[in-house]
Amino acid sequence: MAARGENPAGGSWHAITQQVLKRNQVRLAVYVPDRVLTPLIRALHEDNDFTAFAATREEEALGILTGAWMGGLRGVLMMQTSGFATLPNVLASLAVPYQIPLIMIVSERGTLGEFNLGQAMVCRTMRPVLQSLGIEHHTITRMDELEFILDRSIKQAVATQAPTCLILSPLLTGGKIFSQ
Amino acid sequence: MPPNEPKVLNRFDITRRLVALLRNEEAVIGGIGNTNFDLWAAGRRPQNFYMLGSMGLAIPIALGVALAQPKRKVIALEGDGSLLMQLGALATIATLRPRNLIMVVMDNRTYQITGSQPTASAFGADFVAIARGAGIAQSDWALDEASFEQLAARALAQDGPAFIAARIDDKPAVATTERDPTLLRDRFMRGLGVRE
Repeated sequence: MAARGENPAGGSWHAITQQVLKRNQVRLAVYVPDRVLTPLIRALHEDNDFTAFAATREEEALGILTGAWMGGLRGVLMMQTSGFATLPNVLASLAVPYQIPLIMIVSERGTLGEFNLGQAMVCRTMRPVLQSLGIEHHTITRMDELEFILDRSIKQAVATQAPTCLILSPLLTGGKIFSQ
Repeated sequence: MPPNEPKVLNRFDITRRLVALLRNEEAVIGGIGNTNFDLWAAGRRPQNFYMLGSMGLAIPIALGVALAQPKRKVIALEGDGSLLMQLGALATIATLRPRNLIMVVMDNRTYQITGSQPTASAFGADFVAIARGAGIAQSDWALDEASFEQLAARALAQDGPAFIAARIDDKPAVATTERDPTLLRDRFMRGLGVRE
């Protein structure tokens, strides 16, 4: 059996994500670092089609991506669950009311083997926040659904001028494992 | 504190002086509250963006516009309280060194719009020292109106990033911005030539 995050055909969740972002003209990748996202972050740094850098906070990254979109440059915000939890005010006051097709990719912590109680608690706030702000969101658990969900979600975000959030489950990425 | 104590300027006055220097459809991002209101009052330009919430994000938004349109100068107008909320952005900007980004901080040493509580600059925090410390070498206090115009003209003519801090008085803004986010965003995108 293939390990989580790899598929028998040789693709990986991060390679597929990179290709789908590229195919949808996403060129700016702003992130707050995360262990699970590391292979994707590394791949985007090494790919000349992308400008990739770390912001100091997720709110800052959201501001940068909002400005970039208005200036004609499409981007993605990558973060982990606890980082998403810092965003409700700027989602409610900037991204949603100004109709910004903000593409968020969240590496999900706090579930399926979480070892940090704080992460487990904050994870429970993520979907209710997305729900109450009316933000389209999907949890991706399977390699065979990743391309379809990501590609269609980006296209819908742009077409409807609305933020979207893709939650990468540990079922897809393997997640972060407590080191013995 | 700066070596020569800067003169206390007026936000609307220096905003008008700044806008008067714009010749090349430069983008201007107004922060939350008074910087935004006085930008609105200084005259409608399709290249102005008015932020109605998201305190602290004027500089990050300007950075995003600057990255998207590297040939256009982009100016962020931010207040002292707002900058204190997102100081990390200065370090990000020092790392990326966008040549077309100009930051103007209006420092009245108070959270004026929420009841005039003092900010950290009332107790000695020096924004130019903070910006320099973050790695933005071209960071200066405007010593008076002429000095402000000189610094702004230099920032518009030369490569940045540039950071200009101005001590301002406690006069309220002279107008209030229209509050229709989608309209403000759409006008701005057309002003930047992203939409026709």
